Amino acid sequence: MIPINHALLLSALLFAIGALGVFLRRNVITVFMCVELMLNAVNLSFVAFSRSLGTLDAQILVFFVMTVAAAEAAVGLAIILALQRHKDTLDVDAFNVMKW
Amino acid sequence: MSPLAQELLAAVVKCVAIFAMLLTLFAVMTFIERRILAFMQFRLGPNRTGPFGVLQPAADGIKLFFKEELMPADADKWLFFAAPAVAIAAAFMAVAVVPYGPPFTLFGREWQLQIADLNVGILYIFAITSLGVYGLVLAGWAANNKYSLLGGLRSSAQMFSYELSLGLSWVGLIMCAGSFRINDIVNHQQGMFWHWNMFQHPVAFLVYFVAATAEVSRIPFDLPEGESELVAGFHTEYSSMKFALIQMAEYVNLISVAVLATHLFLGGWHPGIPGLPSVGPLGFVWFVLKVAFLLFVFIWLRGTLPRFRYDQLMDFGWKVLIPVVTLNVLVTGALVLAGILR
Amino acid sequence: MTIDAVLFYVLAVVVIASALVVVGQRNPVYSAFALVVTFCALSAIYGLLGSPFIAVLQIVVYAGAIMVLFLFVLMLLNVRREEGPKRGKSMRVAAGVLALAFVAEVGYVVTIAERGSGSATFDASTKPMAELLFSPHFAYTFLATSVLIVAALVGAVVLAKKDEA
Repeated sequence: MIPINHALLLSALLFAIGALGVFLRRNVITVFMCVELMLNAVNLSFVAFSRSLGTLDAQILVFFVMTVAAAEAAVGLAIILALQRHKDTLDVDAFNVMKW
Repeated sequence: MSPLAQELLAAVVKCVAIFAMLLTLFAVMTFIERRILAFMQFRLGPNRTGPFGVLQPAADGIKLFFKEELMPADADKWLFFAAPAVAIAAAFMAVAVVPYGPPFTLFGREWQLQIADLNVGILYIFAITSLGVYGLVLAGWAANNKYSLLGGLRSSAQMFSYELSLGLSWVGLIMCAGSFRINDIVNHQQGMFWHWNMFQHPVAFLVYFVAATAEVSRIPFDLPEGESELVAGFHTEYSSMKFALIQMAEYVNLISVAVLATHLFLGGWHPGIPGLPSVGPLGFVWFVLKVAFLLFVFIWLRGTLPRFRYDQLMDFGWKVLIPVVTLNVLVTGALVLAGILR
Repeated sequence: MTIDAVLFYVLAVVVIASALVVVGQRNPVYSAFALVVTFCALSAIYGLLGSPFIAVLQIVVYAGAIMVLFLFVLMLLNVRREEGPKRGKSMRVAAGVLALAFVAEVGYVVTIAERGSGSATFDASTKPMAELLFSPHFAYTFLATSVLIVAALVGAVVLAKKDEA
C-alpha cells in the first residue's frame, strides 16, 4: 500500500518543477508542456485524495480535467501555429506588444 | 514451491513462450505472405531456399543481420536508435493481456493461458494501440530526411484517425458482455456460432476490420509506406537490424489485431458448435485456426485491392467510419436497453 | 516494504527525473518524449493507487493524443534547433527559491495530517465510475464538457487554417 502523503508530496514536487519550466523556458511549446506537467500534478493529488477519502467524486473530476486539458491543448497549439506563421519565431518574449 | 513462486515461474514461462511464438509466427508470416501473394499473382514466389522455400525467412534474417548499419550524418542519434525499440515494445505490450486459450486444470491448479488478466483488458489494449503511433513518429523525425518526415507524419495521422473508430467499434460488444475483461467477452460468445459477435454486431465487425487494416498500414491503406510514392516512407533511412525490428513491429501489430478480432468477434477459443471439444490445448487449436484464417484474409486483401490516396483515406476515416460507428453505438445501446440484444 | 511501495518509489523517481528533463532539455522534441515518459509513469502510479480507469485514460488521452498533437506541431514547425539564450542568473535563482519555498510549504501542510494508505475497500473500477459520471450529480458537467470539446474542435480548425488571400 502506498502512503498517501508521499503521493501528495510527489504531486507538489511535480507542480513546482512545472512552474519552474513556465518561468524559465523560452520556447512557447515547451512552456505549454510545462503547463501540462502542472495539470498532471494536480491530477495526481486528486487521485491520491480520492484514495484517501474513499470517494469517487475526485476521480470524475480528474476525468474532466483531462478532457479540458485536451481541448486546451488543441486550441493552444492552433494559436501557436497561427502566431508562428505571423512572427516566424517561437520565442515567448517576441510576443510583447498588443498589436497583431 | 510456494504459490507465489509458482505464479512467478508460470508468468516467466508464459512470457518466454508467447515471445517465442510471436517471433516464429512473424518469420513464418513473411514467408507465407510472399508465397500466397505470388500464387494470387500467378507466379511462384520464393521456393529455392530449402524444400519449397521454407528456409527463406532464415535466409532473410541472415541477410539483414549482415547488412551494413547506416545512419545519416545529421540524424538524431538517440531517437534513431529508440524508434524501432519503441515500435516493437508497443507491439508486444498489446499481446500481453490477450488469452491464448481457455483456462485449464493441471496438477490440481487452474492455469490461465494469459500473462495478465486485467479487469480493464480492452481499455488497456486501446491505450497501447495509441502508444504505437510513437514508433512511426520517432522514426520519421529521427532520420532528418524529408521523405521520412512526410511518411512519418502521414503514417501517424492515419494511425490515430482510425484508432477512434477501432475503439468505438468495441463499445457495442462491451455493452452486451457487460465487462471490459477479454475473457468475459469471449465467454459471452459461447454456444452456436451465430452467438459470435461477428453475426450479432455485423456493422461493428466491418468497422473494426477496416479500421484495423488502416491501423497496421496494410493495403489498401498502406500509402505511408507506399513503395512507389514516398521511397519507403518513414523507414527510408533504416537498414539491417533496425529495419528488421520495424518490420517485426508491423507484423506483430498485424498478428495482435487478428488475435483481437478472433477474441472479440469470432468467439475466441469456442468452436462454433457446442458439442466439439475445446478444453485447454484444444481450445488453443480452434483459436489458432481462426487467427490463421483472418491472417489469410489480410493477405488476400493485399493481393487484390489497389491503394487509397491519402486524402481519400483520411476522408473515409473521419467522414464515413466515425459517424457509422457512432450510430452503431447508439443503435446497439437502444437494442440492449430494449432487451432485444443480449 | 511491500512491493507496491517499492514500485511507487521507483516510479516517483522516474517521474521526477523525466520532469526535470522536460524542463531542462534544450531540444523541444526531447522534452516532448520525456513528457510522454512522465505520463506513462504517472499512469502506473494511478494504477498503484487503485484507479485502473484513470490510469488507462491517462495513457489514451495524454500520452496517446495530446502528446501526439504536440509532436505533430513540433515537427510541422521543424523545431529542431535549440532556442535562444537562457534566462538571466537572477531570474533562475529567484525561480528556484520560489519553487523550493512552494514545495516546502505545501509539503508541510500536506504531511501534518496522518493519512495512512487510504481506505481498504476502495472500488474505482469502471462500473461505479460510470454510474457516478452519468448520474444527475455530474450530468450537467458532462454535457458542458461535450459542448466545450465541440467548441475547441471548431476553434482549432479555424485558428490553424492558413488565410486564403
